[in-house]
Amino acid sequence: MFNVLSDFFILKKARQAEASFLILILNFNKEKMIRQAAIIFGCLAIGELIVYLTSVKLPSSIIGMILLAFLLKIGWVKLTWVKGISDFLVGTLPFFFVPAGVGIMAYFELIATSFWSILTAALGSTVIVLVTTGWVHQYLRKQNKTKLKK
Amino acid sequence: MQWFFNNEIIVIAFTIVIYFIAEKLQKKTGVFLLNPILVSVVIIISFLSVFNIDYETYHKGSKYIDFLLKPAVVALGVPLYLQLEKIKKQVLPIIISQLVGCIVGVVSVVVIAKLMGASKDIVYSLAPKSVTTPIAIEVSRAVGGIAPLTAAVVIVVGIFGAVFGYVIMKLFGVKNPIAQSLAIGNAAHALGTSRSMDISPNYGAMASIGLILNGVLTALLAPYILKVLSPWIDA
Repeated sequence: MFNVLSDFFILKKARQAEASFLILILNFNKEKMIRQAAIIFGCLAIGELIVYLTSVKLPSSIIGMILLAFLLKIGWVKLTWVKGISDFLVGTLPFFFVPAGVGIMAYFELIATSFWSILTAALGSTVIVLVTTGWVHQYLRKQNKTKLKK
Repeated sequence: MQWFFNNEIIVIAFTIVIYFIAEKLQKKTGVFLLNPILVSVVIIISFLSVFNIDYETYHKGSKYIDFLLKPAVVALGVPLYLQLEKIKKQVLPIIISQLVGCIVGVVSVVVIAKLMGASKDIVYSLAPKSVTTPIAIEVSRAVGGIAPLTAAVVIVVGIFGAVFGYVIMKLFGVKNPIAQSLAIGNAAHALGTSRSMDISPNYGAMASIGLILNGVLTALLAPYILKVLSPWIDA
């Protein structure tokens, strides 16, 4: 269980991207590669289908993610069936969005014109989120505790 | 040099090698600001600019790496499931505070950016700035933002939150460790989570709950929050 968690902390324990495609194949072979890939891509495909049919403004991958968590919860998918591929994909996640990051070079002019509004909005909002989320949770915990004491 | 980047395999290998070096660099130096994504992006952009290669050429090869983002987001369903199992007992305070964090995060960034005169493309791109990059990119694409701008802002927010998050919360009287970790996961995604992991694994686990829940909530709610605000944003 903690393996999955620690893989998620990208800076600390991310798996090496250098062998990404090789590891992908090795990981697959370790535990029934077809089943693992089928579950992940099956969830994704259902997500795509739902987006197509309902034109809901959600990314198909998010629907796939929630579907996968739900299938694990109700036990239709066993954790061991997806552990290998999920550890690999989650561990290598930071690498997958390097191309998207490089895409920023096409927007340099646009960013330069509103650099300060972008920075102020992003950082200002982050401070607001940190403080409100923290306050709300602290408040609710206190409420919970006093309720328990009564 | 153009031929070099016209070959998809070479572009993929190039990107992998750069990322590998960037990751090694951070492990060796331990400097937080040398985020591997940030470093690889800077190196690749400099490289492309020096040899005068446009993004479209690079993207012909790099789109195959991009492609794996979607299945990787699906794979996040596994940690989501594991975390939800973990927080069963105190699920309500956590969900409510995450919900507040999600809504406040989207609304505040949109309002500040709009008030400072940012164009609507930029406002939409900033909306998912608190959540982990893969989800933020997907949300940005779904609401009509500029995905690369979102990716860049997400990383900047993450570094800011990880470096200053705990100090800011102490300053404003958020003292409970669980509340702190949940908030930092909510606001500063994986970078905030890894900072919390440095403090203790318990902080890290709580932060990752914030990271995952806010990712899901933002993906679900941001399009609708933006829909409500859109007459004002587009005006």
